[in-house]
Amino acid sequence: MMPKLRAKQLRNAAFYVMVVLMAALTLLPFLFMLSSSFKGSEAIRTIPIRWIPERPTLEGYIRVFNMPGFSFGRASLNSLFLALATTLVQVLSACMAAFVFAKLPFRGSDKLFGLYLATMMIPGTVTMVPNYIILRIMGLLDSYTGLILPALANAFGMFLMRQAMITVPDSYLESAMLDGASLYRVFLVILLPMVAPTFFTLVLLAFMGAWNSYLWPLIVLTSTGKQTLQVVLGNMNSMYRNNEHVLMAGAVLTILPILLVYVLSQRRVDSGIALGGLK
Amino acid sequence: MYLPNANTRRTATAVFLAPSLIGVAVFCLLPIAMSFYYSFMDYDLLAGSMDFLGLKNFARILTGREFPQVLLHTLTYLGLYLPLILVCSLGQALLLNRSFRGRAVLRTVFYTPVITSRVAAAVVWTWVLSGRYGLMNQALSLFGIKGPAWLSSRVWAMPGIVITAVWKDTGYYALMVLAALKSIDPALYEAAGIDGAGGARKFFSITLPLLTPTLFLLVVINVIYGLQVFDSVLIMTDGGPGGATTVFLERIYKYAFRQYKMGMASAYSWILFLIILAFTLLQFRLQKRWVNYDA
Repeated sequence: MMPKLRAKQLRNAAFYVMVVLMAALTLLPFLFMLSSSFKGSEAIRTIPIRWIPERPTLEGYIRVFNMPGFSFGRASLNSLFLALATTLVQVLSACMAAFVFAKLPFRGSDKLFGLYLATMMIPGTVTMVPNYIILRIMGLLDSYTGLILPALANAFGMFLMRQAMITVPDSYLESAMLDGASLYRVFLVILLPMVAPTFFTLVLLAFMGAWNSYLWPLIVLTSTGKQTLQVVLGNMNSMYRNNEHVLMAGAVLTILPILLVYVLSQRRVDSGIALGGLK
Repeated sequence: MYLPNANTRRTATAVFLAPSLIGVAVFCLLPIAMSFYYSFMDYDLLAGSMDFLGLKNFARILTGREFPQVLLHTLTYLGLYLPLILVCSLGQALLLNRSFRGRAVLRTVFYTPVITSRVAAAVVWTWVLSGRYGLMNQALSLFGIKGPAWLSSRVWAMPGIVITAVWKDTGYYALMVLAALKSIDPALYEAAGIDGAGGARKFFSITLPLLTPTLFLLVVINVIYGLQVFDSVLIMTDGGPGGATTVFLERIYKYAFRQYKMGMASAYSWILFLIILAFTLLQFRLQKRWVNYDA
């Protein structure tokens, strides 16, 4: 009996060692970032690392908000606005299409559905250059409209919503219509609330994707006043090579909002993300 | 769903489909045709000139000195990233699959790098990997290892980019593996236990074979994404030092948006697409050898 018990304890100990190790590997870069962001440019260069700053300073943060050439605060507002607008366009367009494929099938709709799904396989690499030129022709380069418009096509979101909507019984929607509700009202007031968990999952995925996106805003937005947080932070990386505390303050300010959104909405959507399993 | 009025139905269908149809037509299908057309052109966006070249863009890329280098770097990235991401996400998923106090917290911890943007991750890791004072080399020195100046070394820059990507992506794929682990029938383990199988035996005879469909999916997805690695390269090394980390998307980006050679960039992106397609088809061919679909 005894050796068996000891083997089990040993296995448990090994398990917790692994947990602590993995958690440390994940968190240490964040702690390094956070600690560096509250130091001066000399204090960050110490061996060994002083995790708690000796003389904590907000210099990094102050410099982030007083950069010559571009404004971090402005970029944050730009990012927030763009992320919200992109999410709205993407989710609305996806839900509307999903409604047709789930509840209003017509002749050839399954073929169209297949075509939508096929667009998921087109690599962004191929469409990037022509999309830039299309915006140029439309006169929408360096504009938020141009940046957002491609979000109209979102096959993944459409697929996710369609799979959820298809489980809602037709009779709910039909009886509402018998009571005199219009189809648009049924869509907004009856159908969407019934697929709320999937809906919020899509909203969160869309928001995180838009907030974190880099290449597309980098290409489309050229005037500094319009640039997003990610683009500004990316530019900073080459400009502040020897002032890592400024960079780390910038990184903290970029990560914090989205982390907050995730933690606050986690309970609502977590299962959905695991279920989605795809970007 | 039944609608009494056929007209209402037709109008509603049109209204509801319009946004996505415009999106798919203008920003997915039209670009494919345009990109195909441009790839045969000498299209200088700044000069506004467009001349037919035939296959010369493709020939220039494929016979140039740059292409084998770019291919080598991209495949190096993939070759290092793929085994690491599989092992790490499997490891995390196995930890999360046990029930213990603090499991929910650990889950959030593991997912934090996923929420972090690639840009922020690249910025933080540029500092983590910095030669003398960075976290990485200070940690290595605890074990008596003198770490390289990662991102300014021709040899170590790419591994540095890979480590950053693995750190950022593990939590995401771990959730997919975890979902697969949860769907394994516990009765299988009980039966194996009765037959006297130990933990390692159970893992290699039950868990791993039943995970192969998910692992296959991870490999397919990650080859597709990995061949298109971009953000971290542009920010951490910009293709350097001395061109040691040039990769496909970085080249395409620079041809298109630094030199405005849209024809070249389009041809390059089609070559990349064909490489991605070839890899994906090859994997579906090879899956019979290792993926287990009868559970």
